[in-house]
Amino acid sequence: MKDHPRHARPHITRDEGLIFERSSPGKCGVDLGAPDVPPASASELLGEEYYRKEIPGFPEVSELEVIRHFTRLSTWNYGVDTGLYPLGSCTMKYNPRINEVVARLEGLATDHPYAPEEVTQGCLKVLHDTARCLAEITGMDAVSLQPAAGAQGELSGILIIQACLADRGNPRKYILVPDSAHGTNPASVATSGYQMRPLKSDAHGCIDPNELDRAMTDEVAGLMLTNPNTLGIFEVRIREICELVHRKGGLVYMDGANMNALVGIARPADFGADVMHLNLHKTFTTPHGGGGPGSGPVAVKKFLEPYLPSPMVVQAADGTYGLDYNRPKSIGRVRAFYGNFGMVVRALAYIAANGGEGLLETTQDAVLNANYVMRRLQDLYELPYNEPCMHECVLSDHRQAARGVHTVDIAKRLIDYGFHPYTTAFPLIVQGAMMIEPTESASKEDLDEFIDAMRAVAEEVEEDPEFVLKAPHTTRVSRLDEAGAARKPILRWKP
Amino acid sequence: MYPDEFQYTKDHEWIRVDGDSGTIGITDHAQKELGDIVYVELPKTGDAVAAAEIFGTVESVKAVSEVYSPVTGEVTAVNGKLAEHPELLNSDPHVGAWLIRVKMSDPKEVDKLMSSEEYEAYIQQAESH
Amino acid sequence: MRYLPNSPRDRAEMLRALGYSSIEELFSQIPEQIRFQGRLNLPGPLSEQEILEFFREAAGQSARKYASLLGAGAYSHYRPAAVDALLSRGEFFTAYTPYQAELAQGTLQAMFEFQTQGTLQAMFEFQTLIAQLTGMEVANASLYDGSTATNEAVLMALRLTRRNRVVVAKTLHPEYREVMATYLRHQGTEIVDVPYSPSGQLDVAALESAVNKETAAVVVQSPNFLGAIERFGEVAELVHKNGALLVVTVNEPLSLAIVNPPADADIVCGEAQSFGVPVAFGGPFVGFLATREKFVRQMPGRLVGQTTDTEGRRGFVLTLATREQHIRREKATSNICTNQSLCALAATIYLCLLGKQGLKALAEHNMAKAHYAARQLADVPGTSIPFASPYFNEFVVKTPGNADGLLRELQAEKILGGVSLERFYPELKEHLLVCVTETVSKATLDRMVEVHRNFSVRNEAGAGARSASSRPVGQEKA
Repeated sequence: MKDHPRHARPHITRDEGLIFERSSPGKCGVDLGAPDVPPASASELLGEEYYRKEIPGFPEVSELEVIRHFTRLSTWNYGVDTGLYPLGSCTMKYNPRINEVVARLEGLATDHPYAPEEVTQGCLKVLHDTARCLAEITGMDAVSLQPAAGAQGELSGILIIQACLADRGNPRKYILVPDSAHGTNPASVATSGYQMRPLKSDAHGCIDPNELDRAMTDEVAGLMLTNPNTLGIFEVRIREICELVHRKGGLVYMDGANMNALVGIARPADFGADVMHLNLHKTFTTPHGGGGPGSGPVAVKKFLEPYLPSPMVVQAADGTYGLDYNRPKSIGRVRAFYGNFGMVVRALAYIAANGGEGLLETTQDAVLNANYVMRRLQDLYELPYNEPCMHECVLSDHRQAARGVHTVDIAKRLIDYGFHPYTTAFPLIVQGAMMIEPTESASKEDLDEFIDAMRAVAEEVEEDPEFVLKAPHTTRVSRLDEAGAARKPILRWKP
Repeated sequence: MYPDEFQYTKDHEWIRVDGDSGTIGITDHAQKELGDIVYVELPKTGDAVAAAEIFGTVESVKAVSEVYSPVTGEVTAVNGKLAEHPELLNSDPHVGAWLIRVKMSDPKEVDKLMSSEEYEAYIQQAESH
Repeated sequence: MRYLPNSPRDRAEMLRALGYSSIEELFSQIPEQIRFQGRLNLPGPLSEQEILEFFREAAGQSARKYASLLGAGAYSHYRPAAVDALLSRGEFFTAYTPYQAELAQGTLQAMFEFQTQGTLQAMFEFQTLIAQLTGMEVANASLYDGSTATNEAVLMALRLTRRNRVVVAKTLHPEYREVMATYLRHQGTEIVDVPYSPSGQLDVAALESAVNKETAAVVVQSPNFLGAIERFGEVAELVHKNGALLVVTVNEPLSLAIVNPPADADIVCGEAQSFGVPVAFGGPFVGFLATREKFVRQMPGRLVGQTTDTEGRRGFVLTLATREQHIRREKATSNICTNQSLCALAATIYLCLLGKQGLKALAEHNMAKAHYAARQLADVPGTSIPFASPYFNEFVVKTPGNADGLLRELQAEKILGGVSLERFYPELKEHLLVCVTETVSKATLDRMVEVHRNFSVRNEAGAGARSASSRPVGQEKA
């Protein structure tokens, strides 16, 4: 039996309170300086009806206290910078530092969206170049960078399908979504006004063309699929699948969340997708930021271009860039302005750093890493679909569950070994799923350590399941009372 | 475990019949499957409910489950305690944590439901799958 | 490739362990005819220095040498150095607060929370700050931006009221209105516009005839797109009398430091970009949504809740997750998956730095500058401030001639002099929306006024003495 790590909280950083608890009247973290215009009394200008005297409870702290507070909080996080982050379906890859530098350049970080086009040519060029690169990578013909994140990209894509089919005479009623899909897919379908119809996977976790043939009636507008699917398996019959949907008058939407498996290897437009979105925060290294901002460009084939959100960035014959608002068939706007421009800058910097060859090498490493993990763990953990995987692999807790230990427990125990957990219990079609996506940012050395940890946990499950069930043992807080939080939600600090 | 005086549905609700009045709740099996229950949404007194149709939802930390009425009728009482103490559904699902009381329009509907014995067999079969 | 940690030897060893002889074999399951055979035609590979040069050149073709009087939903404010210093900590920006996809089977508890406690606490602080600012009881942990936050507020009102009609002020940001139209078209929701009154505020009489018992929500922005601060007493009464909800959008939330929050609103939402998030050509920004406690289960987006661990210590979890897409799938309150954590963190840091006094002083500073500029402009013959309502740091100017021509003259003086309103409101020809924040100096404002004066003189002369009565209700005019 190994020595169990002791529960330790050695450092001052571990007991940081809320900023409100540090506050005391009269402190301020900035000195503004006097305005250079004659002072004006806000209370007089606004009058009693409108004037607010103070914001009750607002914090009052010095600059150093702010720095310390948030520095301490940051140490409670685990980031890609801290270590291996094999969170399946999230593509937690390295966020290059040069991206952060260029996104903060004066001009790119400061231009106003309503500044005249002739003085914002640099920003417009960045948008235009990035759209062109993403079109090249996906094989598509046109790209809108407006959607704020993947879910909005999905919604835009579905609305584009609807607009196109309505133009052809009948928007139809249903969208087919495989049962392995990410939860945003059905939610996006519902938001679009379509109804979702689930599509059952076959024994290999893939779309079954016979099943699809049956489901694809003349009331079905299209199929929303993820390729590679959420099991990390490439849909080998993808071409046949897309042709079938097209033959029956539907369109194919591809969720590009797993594009990290395909860049340089296969292009969705070439295998039959009509419209797709990309996640710049997954495949193209824009930071996840603790949960956003994302960016979810939508890419389409030529015949769908008229329906893309408005406005589009266009290049005139003289080489200058502009915004085209004259798009009568467009689905409209999905957000204000032109998208998460700051994320676009970072993505373009990443693409340019790699070039086509670098991106291909990246994909190869991502896939190699995932297969390596899968094959080195499959003797101890159940592999429900024994196929070569792409950029991520899905194991299950089947053997450990017999000892009462589930995927979530194993994941928590991994924290004690210094790793961020993998994704648990997704996709839904695998009972007790353990979804591992190492990405290309993991070295063989990282992977070997991770594999050793996973193997050690499997051994612990055999020897002392209770101990694993009580994990983690080394974190700043122990298991948190989620039921209490949901029963009587405390969503803000009160004095 | 499962009271003999109740009838049960395949969706894991129970009903206790008293004349034309039926008291409805979720079974111990259902609460175990859901885990820590945190929120309950119920109809108002006077609302109509229909057999095999949704009349409310029960939420745990990570799941939402819809509750189906075993019978058709009108809601005559709602268990107000559950708004403040949803955890009662975990600790006392068959007595204290009843959900609603209904004036049944067709008491014969109850005959289609399972007895306690049948229900126990039903969940055992479900678990062995 | 410098970002890849595997050495050629590592790769060879791993391939050997897998029983492959080449990296190509890894992809052998992909049918040959759909493999991409060519070479991607992309820029690069570039060294870090080359990347920097590329983007510096792009940044050179920007408005960075111009003084900006542009607002209209994207506000230039000074960002204290501490904001970026803290955001640049890898623990913050390279982490993820992931959705938890599991459907509960009884034993599931917090996990990812262990490794994102820092972000979670910061988001809890963000929720508190937004609730305090808006005067609401609860706020979520952010949404994409002001336009989508407003749209989500409307969807929330549709759910709460189970009605399908929305009344929207024409002075809600025109692009926010477009976003709403995109989303609501597919819900079959009727959208009714309410015009502005001669003062620039909402036309209450028109509202009265527009709102009825089928109305789910009335959406009003304040300060509105014309800069006017709305008055809500009578509006709220009208809305509530009809059983509808009052949604108030604020996209210059700095105003809330000195302007009373709309206490009678049911949902206050908007854009928090002003708080430490760069204008960045329109994004990423950070939407917020605050409401009353009783509506919390219909709120969209992430919510962070305070709880305790097994030893009684304070900790934070994502809570009420059952509203979200990964549990409810097609029945979710919204299809949103992420929030805007990093931007919300920027706002949190910014608000903590400025604090109670700093934020108020900054708001007063903005107000003094904007009112100085407006007073000077009002003194220019032929130029007026057409709307009488109180305003914060943004106001409308009526010019005596073609507004685009005037903007070009200002541009020649290295000033981006405002947003021409005609493109959004055809009836507001010759009107400019001017925003003055602390980033514009008095010298620039004086220069701006000079250009206006010269323009006026030329236009007034050209037009012949234009009758004073053709001017809309002029205020602040001697």
